[in-house]
Amino acid sequence: MSARATRVLLHVALLSLAALTLLPLLWMVAVSFMPAGTASVFPPPLLPRHPTAANYRLLFATQGMGRYIANSLWLASLTAVLSLLFNSLAGFAFAKLRFRGREALLRTLLAALVIPGQVAMLPLFLMMKWLGLVNTYTGVVLPAAASIFGVFLVRQYALSIPDELLEAARIDGADEVRIFLRIVLPVLRPILATLAVASFLGGFTFLGGWNDFLWPLIALTDQRMYTLPVALAALSREHGQDNELMMAGAVLTVLPVLVLFLALQRYYIRGILTGSVKG
Amino acid sequence: MRASHFGWLFAAPALVIIGVFFFLPVLGALALSLTDFDLYALADLRNLRFVGLDNYWQLMHSREFWGALGNTCYFVALGVPLSVLASLLTALLVSSRLTRWPALFRTALFAPVVTTVVAVALVWRYLLHTRYGLLNWALGALGVHPLDWLGDPHWAMPAIVLFAVWKNFGYNMIILIAALQAVPEELHEAARLDGASFWQEFVRVTLPALRPTLLLVAILTAAGYFQLFAEPFVMTQGGPLQSTMSVVYLMYDQAFKWWNLGTASAVAFLLFLIVLVVTALEMRFLRRIEAP
Repeated sequence: MSARATRVLLHVALLSLAALTLLPLLWMVAVSFMPAGTASVFPPPLLPRHPTAANYRLLFATQGMGRYIANSLWLASLTAVLSLLFNSLAGFAFAKLRFRGREALLRTLLAALVIPGQVAMLPLFLMMKWLGLVNTYTGVVLPAAASIFGVFLVRQYALSIPDELLEAARIDGADEVRIFLRIVLPVLRPILATLAVASFLGGFTFLGGWNDFLWPLIALTDQRMYTLPVALAALSREHGQDNELMMAGAVLTVLPVLVLFLALQRYYIRGILTGSVKG
Repeated sequence: MRASHFGWLFAAPALVIIGVFFFLPVLGALALSLTDFDLYALADLRNLRFVGLDNYWQLMHSREFWGALGNTCYFVALGVPLSVLASLLTALLVSSRLTRWPALFRTALFAPVVTTVVAVALVWRYLLHTRYGLLNWALGALGVHPLDWLGDPHWAMPAIVLFAVWKNFGYNMIILIAALQAVPEELHEAARLDGASFWQEFVRVTLPALRPTLLLVAILTAAGYFQLFAEPFVMTQGGPLQSTMSVVYLMYDQAFKWWNLGTASAVAFLLFLIVLVVTALEMRFLRRIEAP
């Protein structure tokens, strides 16, 4: 086979695979603009003949979609901010500050990565219940405010900070807090971007973030508090047959994270390559 | 204040959160699984009784548990090889020297990974619709009769596997692309100079270099797939005929449908043990073939 033919074949394969991968997402968008009922025909229509935003209007007007979007946005942002704060402090400490028990703690944290998050879920729920935090955003966010993954992500990166840099600052009389704010944080900026995206989206730790489902499903019982995925699942039990409406709901849930990913994908991908453990 | 105090000070907030909201609940799950914690205990803790290994004993004799475990193992056994294969294939295509715009293809193929499971599960439920779904329409064009994907106990799990492969292959693809880039170019050149065919080069050079990563990726994917929940929760509600009831789904039902938190914790702990044993065995296998 000539190089030219190989090249053509390769691109045909890649284009078809990419098209197949994107097809469900594109179809989701197309159906979301179809008038109610028009997508339930055979053969399935690929594009809306009379595009309408009625499904979206209905979701906002009668299903409180605006509220769920605000809930999700608020929870995911809060998770990202808290996780930045706590994980960067601990990650730096584990990389560059000597303290008693450091190595033993590191080993324990590393070993705990094999524990599936679901194991913690039920006692966590009981704990939140006794603390009176069920149905509060504090209860949803607090367990995601620091994570083993986050600590290790920052630690791996902080290891590369030269000790001389920190020593020089100490000799100049700077205390550790000032060193952290003035020297460490600026150096850590790229990995903090990774951590922020990963925490916002979720999926890197056992709970938290925009995409999380099981924990908010358990921890939030008042419908007005629901996050988008939980609200969408509830909606699908009521309106499962209204395909056009459901697709509009799916678009509203997926579109923000896709846009965020496209804007910041190199940070997100770095998170994967730093040996993250998902799930 | 000495530097070592600062170390503790900086690490403490994260450690407290991880300790209180992760380690403590894990220990709590172990304790809970040895009790008959139910709705009465939830109302008044004095109704709580220690039952030893009774919950585990009951589960060992429960058809429901073995059913859920069987379904989950089926999902793992089918889903992991297919996912890794899809990741490998796309990684090879994207990182070929001949590929133009690799970044563009990588982004397109990766997109499903960042999507929200619940939302895209709904899309797939529609995609798999017996009468109006795209998949049956496409299969119909090939002369295949419409399948009741999510309504037939034989097809529901394979349909969920198909969805999971689509949703997840991009993740491992990224890791494999990085591993492919780490293969020294000289190895490829030497193989080509020796007149190796495309296939020989793949089997003799690429695959051996990739093997540790491939196995690691498979192990991590398996550990993740054992935790199957949101997909059947949204797409099939565990049906039809319990054919997509997974271990985590069983845990969820026991806990929040029946409020048997003791039994549910025992389910969670058994899942943990299974994942631990499977991962340990795989790791051992990995080390054995890595040893020179």
